Amino acid sequence: MPDTTASRMVTLLNPQGFHARPAHMFMKLASQFQCQVQILKGNEVINGKSILDLLTLGAGNGTTLCLRAIGSDADAAVDALARLVESGFGEQPAQSSP
Amino acid sequence: MKFSDFVKVTAIKADLGSQDKPSVIRELVESLAAAGAVKEADVEGIVTAIMKREDLGSTGIGRGVAVPHTKHPSADKLIGTVGVSSEGVDFNSLDGDKVHLFFLLISPPDRPGDHLRALENISRQLRDDTFCRFLKQAKTSHDIQQLLEEADNNQFVA
Repeated sequence: MPDTTASRMVTLLNPQGFHARPAHMFMKLASQFQCQVQILKGNEVINGKSILDLLTLGAGNGTTLCLRAIGSDADAAVDALARLVESGFGEQPAQSSP
Repeated sequence: MKFSDFVKVTAIKADLGSQDKPSVIRELVESLAAAGAVKEADVEGIVTAIMKREDLGSTGIGRGVAVPHTKHPSADKLIGTVGVSSEGVDFNSLDGDKVHLFFLLISPPDRPGDHLRALENISRQLRDDTFCRFLKQAKTSHDIQQLLEEADNNQFVA
């Protein structure tokens, strides 16, 4: 099957941004797909299946990121990951979490 | 953000003696207290809060690294310390490996941005294998302090 590329812009809605727990959730979900998962922020391209890479984004609330997936299940991956980011990673708005 | 912006150098531990998660967290928080960066009276509360955060998912992010952290009302700015365990500590890390490098962070409740910047800096530096390896081999807190300074001066990351 030929590789497909899918991409989508998403905005971080959770108040705490892309800290350790969201990064872990993202990495776990991304790893369920065969395709490569990347996040583009400015000039940077990072591996969406690496928690260390995800933490280097330092992306706070309101940051817009581009999700990109390359592989046979790229469309499904981008759909699922965009939903996760846009759900705010299950964080309550305006509530401080540990 | 640089290491020097949040690492209390007098609280750096090169020879962590603890062998399990609760003890290593306590050892690092007590080291911050001994260095005057947190009050003795707050140690229990901070240790409990960090352990509560670990219950939500280990901060052992792989490659032998953990970033235990919490927000705490007693913190008026982001403060942290670094610890190295040559034997490694079982930390339920994401890749199952023992943890050798600890970056413990305590941040004020209302400053999520600073916490993100610190995580960004730590993870960016740790992507460099040389920095990681040198830190794990560090024998004294002075060695660690020097490595952090070199990292701050961009000697590891191009």
